[in-house]
Amino acid sequence: VMELPPSHHSATRAAALAACYLSYRRGSPGRGLALRAVRSGRRQDIDGVGQKYYLELVLEDVLDKDSTVNCTAEVLHHLGNKKIAPDVQFTIEGELKNTDEADNVFYNRIKSLEKELVAENIPDNHGNISPEMEPIRLLAWVASGYVIWQNSTENTKFQFAQIKHVKQVKRSDEYLEFDYMILLHEMVSQEIIPWQMTVLWHPQHGVQVTQESRQPKHASE
Amino acid sequence: QVDFWRHPASPSHPADVRVPFPSLQAVKTLLESNGISYSILIQDLQKLLDEEKKAMAKSRRTERSTSTFDFASYHTIDELYDWMDVLVADHPDLVSKLQIGQSYENRSLYVLKFSTGGSNRSAVWLDTGIHSREWITQATGAWTANKIAEEYGQDPSVTAVLDHMDIFLEIIANPDGFAYTHSSNRMWRKTRSINAGSHCVGVDPNRNWDAGFGGSGSSSNPCSETYRGPYAHSEREVKAIADFILGHGNVKLVISIHSYSQMLLYPYGYKTAPAPDHQELNEVAKKAVSALAAVHGTKYTYGSIVDTIYLADGTTIDWTYDHGVKYSFTLELRDTGCYGFILPSTQIIPTATETWAALLDIMVHVLEHPY
Repeated sequence: VMELPPSHHSATRAAALAACYLSYRRGSPGRGLALRAVRSGRRQDIDGVGQKYYLELVLEDVLDKDSTVNCTAEVLHHLGNKKIAPDVQFTIEGELKNTDEADNVFYNRIKSLEKELVAENIPDNHGNISPEMEPIRLLAWVASGYVIWQNSTENTKFQFAQIKHVKQVKRSDEYLEFDYMILLHEMVSQEIIPWQMTVLWHPQHGVQVTQESRQPKHASE
Repeated sequence: QVDFWRHPASPSHPADVRVPFPSLQAVKTLLESNGISYSILIQDLQKLLDEEKKAMAKSRRTERSTSTFDFASYHTIDELYDWMDVLVADHPDLVSKLQIGQSYENRSLYVLKFSTGGSNRSAVWLDTGIHSREWITQATGAWTANKIAEEYGQDPSVTAVLDHMDIFLEIIANPDGFAYTHSSNRMWRKTRSINAGSHCVGVDPNRNWDAGFGGSGSSSNPCSETYRGPYAHSEREVKAIADFILGHGNVKLVISIHSYSQMLLYPYGYKTAPAPDHQELNEVAKKAVSALAAVHGTKYTYGSIVDTIYLADGTTIDWTYDHGVKYSFTLELRDTGCYGFILPSTQIIPTATETWAALLDIMVHVLEHPY
């Protein structure tokens, strides 16, 4: 097992992946979690299995940078087969802020809309997000955690960049469904990658990504 | 009661006199009856005075709006270029504007020079905006230029630096890309040069330098964001800086400013072997990052490019380092990914002020460690 400097890219890439997975599992329209710092990292090469990372992380609340939480995580990149998502396990020290009230307010607001929600460019090109759109952005942030987890390798570092387009999909059951077109920024290649994702959410049932697919870059760019 | 503006001096030489309205007829009669010819220079002085007053008020208003530049918002290329001229006009003894070349689309490449005199003094080179989508950098560049101009003669460190060294600051190092981020694609990174045989446009100006050019830390695909270009310094934007630094011959510090990630990096990017000066560079980085954190608590990591982010060849600071500029750094400004490239303008001033602490710390170190 090899100790990694916390600033080394192999530690920070594994940490970013772990943070995305954690954000997906624990996030909601009222709670987005982001990687704040890597406190320590170790790597173990397991013969015939893959590379395992042991990490101590600090996460912050996207909406309140002063609110942080310590976590430990293990990330296993499987040898050879790049089609399998890495295994991630984590432990959060302490409690995350309760967001039930904010989540329910958002849920009821969307449920009572007369027309399905449609929006573009969140944040806008100047980084602005209106308060009404913040939960929509956080939901995308959380769902992108799933997409990033599913598509990461030791040679990638994805980051959610922007919602290009979001459209609410009408449902007859209690779930909210949104069809997102987002942009992911992949740090190693520096590419901005359009990604489609279909997201389901309910305050009691968490975030689910039922469909996701990488999109081609626009020919004009 | 007349008011001579030019007194009678000698015969055959004119005199100018202001005549109050009530005396006008009497004066005219006096001159005519004595055969003294006259012409009217100003028909109505009050009217002239009123107009002048109005014009002055108007220009004061315009001056206030162009020199009261809003550093807390993002600007277009024209607004920034106009403001540069205002900065020079406001500080003519300190700041001048140089053109070091033209972009692919023939936009001027402007560099602000801060100098208190001397002849080819040791110099600091700063650039922002080489990757056009990194908007926080051009905004920080503008704020920094203004700060340098304001603090000379006020802040002892800035004064010490400028009394011995010149500072060159290229705020918009990639004007074509920058214009494109405003007009068409906010996420555009590269230059806008046409690539022969490809429908994809642009070269990554931070993979185009002649330092480890063409390795696995850059792409040979014109459609890639890290496309290195057909050959080193193929991009006018890159060649202009390289030629300037080589021609100057006395540049001692280069800081190339990017976003995002909150990192302070030093060479190398193109190879894993540590730079000969890595120990000192690491110490300088550590201290600068600490100075930065003291402002708003923002945490930066630091290290060599290859260890901290990735293998990257053809980068600016690898080239400057390999050409004698021992103190070569890259800064990656806010944030760490929450907003990424689209950092809200509310963070411009906090980012610029904390970055300034790091910049000044490094400049003072360089001043105190001549080589």
